[in-house]
Amino acid sequence: MPNIVVLIELTHTGHVPASARGLLAVAARLGTPVAVTVSAGALDPVTIAVLGGLGAARIHAAQTEAAHTVLGTPMVDALADAVAAHAPSAVLAAASVDGREAAGRLAVRTGGGVLADVVDASLADGRIVTEHSVFGGSYTVHATVPDVLPIITVRSGAVDDQAPAATPEVTTVQLAPATGSQTTIDSYADAPENLSRPELRGAATVVSGGRGLGSEENFVLVEQLADALGAAVGASRAAVDAGFISQTAQVGQTGVSVSPQLYVALGISGAIQHRAGMQTAKTIVAINQDEDAPIFEIADLGIVGDVFTVVPQVIELLKNRS
Amino acid sequence: MKIVVLIKQVPDTAEERRLEPDTGRLDRDANEPVIDEITERALELALTVKDKDKSTEVVVLTMGPSEASKAIRKALSMGADSGIHVLDDALSGADLTITSAALAAALRNTDADLVIAGNESTDGRAGIVPAMIAEHLGYPLLGSLLSADITHGMVTGERQTEAGTQNVRAPFPAVLTVTEGFDEARFPNFKGIMGAKRKPVATLSASELGVGSTPRSSVLDLAERPARAAGRKIVDGGAAAAELVDFLTAQRLI
Ligand SMILES: Cc1cc2nc3c(=O)[nH]c(=O)nc-3n(C[C@H](O)[C@H](O)[C@H](O)COP(=O)(O)OP(=O)(O)OC[C@H]3O[C@@H](n4cnc5c(N)ncnc54)[C@H](O)[C@@H]3O)c2cc1C
Repeated sequence: MPNIVVLIELTHTGHVPASARGLLAVAARLGTPVAVTVSAGALDPVTIAVLGGLGAARIHAAQTEAAHTVLGTPMVDALADAVAAHAPSAVLAAASVDGREAAGRLAVRTGGGVLADVVDASLADGRIVTEHSVFGGSYTVHATVPDVLPIITVRSGAVDDQAPAATPEVTTVQLAPATGSQTTIDSYADAPENLSRPELRGAATVVSGGRGLGSEENFVLVEQLADALGAAVGASRAAVDAGFISQTAQVGQTGVSVSPQLYVALGISGAIQHRAGMQTAKTIVAINQDEDAPIFEIADLGIVGDVFTVVPQVIELLKNRS
Repeated sequence: MKIVVLIKQVPDTAEERRLEPDTGRLDRDANEPVIDEITERALELALTVKDKDKSTEVVVLTMGPSEASKAIRKALSMGADSGIHVLDDALSGADLTITSAALAAALRNTDADLVIAGNESTDGRAGIVPAMIAEHLGYPLLGSLLSADITHGMVTGERQTEAGTQNVRAPFPAVLTVTEGFDEARFPNFKGIMGAKRKPVATLSASELGVGSTPRSSVLDLAERPARAAGRKIVDGGAAAAELVDFLTAQRLI
């Protein structure tokens, strides 16, 4: 089986990111998953166990003092080193801020080809074929890199399954210090980890709020319904711009693309740029005062009504059920 | 200081966007072409630097078909000093590899202190071209910034990642990308529109840039998803909440 190199973006606190599961699952379908990590010191046994549990057959553990003080380059160096050592038939990275930059830079260094923001990848006739969801799911496109190393970024939350667990064989390599001009990371401010709610990317249920919520205080209603449904919280751009919630919750064209089983839109008009991020949801429910709101054109169940009247009743009914 | 801003012409997202069924390429006739919103914000950042220090030179660079010259003209009318248009029929259907190689080659001769781009475009959404350009040029990359402070041969800024934010810095020359959190672009005024006509725009072909035009990736097939149909719509007369819960129960969603 060919090796598939997978970039695991360990955080500066040593955490395995949520994207690792899906990346390793895709890698296991295409070949033998080789996880590439970058850390300042020796890799933590807990990290090794977690990556093994997610299906890493090998770990290419790169070490450098600059792991978390130089931006990007240590990851690119580690990947280039892993490509040379394992002669993979593909490289996978998350379509995250760091992952896509590392993928692009690696492609230039290795002369590889890039397949970006894929939602799936499989083997067909011995070659790797990627699936892309384009223009908010309006099109499904298949693509391939025929002659050179395919470097693939995978949309977070797009892959559901998990690879069978493995006991990883760990190779530790020391990276040479980066040469040339670099970007320095002076400090980190980590977003508080949200343990009580599912992550927006990949969540089975998403409750999103829009400008119709009116204020940051009122936006709590969205969170209350989300909690009653065990859902992640999303938002329209207008809600983000108005400061009701942080940008990381934005769903749509320039935000996160979600494909949950259930998407509930509260006080959202359903502008085309918002629909581009959620119209592939299995079931869509919308509550909006305006009976002509475009969101109703795609909602499986549309309620013309006031969110401040309907949503508290829904929460109450859900409480009574359980 | 010399700043080159990468601008991209994209189909307006206010209408349904289309792909050509045979090639998988963008159907450019289906929508009004506009400057991608985030690259317009990138230009705004460069123009704010120029507002503070008049000696700053702002160049816009784009690769695209001949109609992309309109995007350059608009940027010039907003206040950019000159434009570079990478224009070559051989480059139509270029993938990330070709696009980044061509833009990097065009940048090599500009002696830019800073290259500013959007973190991702609304059509491709790969978010990769600026990183590839930085690697081609050997410049440090400051990607996905929420803020940028550009002074004394140095860029510092706050960068958004999935895990939180980071404070980063790099010396000139550097490539930085802005997110949509940056200020909206200014409108061109009458004086700007008149002045734009006299500003220089250079045109460069693939062969002048010494880049090939064979893509590394290829589209195998595409399928259009049927449009979603509207479902049931009810007007709340007091019972809508109960109907919603019944619906979710029937669909086994709760
Ligand atoms: C390049 C570009 C990219 C964009 N990217 C995105 C993106 O990624 N995501 C995104 O969401 N948008 C995006 N937008 C913005 C988009 O065009 C819309 O402006 C935005 O989605 C509107 O958000 P909204 O539905 O919350 O607000 P509005 O359009 O203002 O809708 C608010 C709705 O709330 C309803 N309402 C008000 N009060 C109540 C109440 N008490 N009960 C029930 N309903 C109520 C109103 O009837 C109205 O329909 C983008 C725009 C551009 C130009």
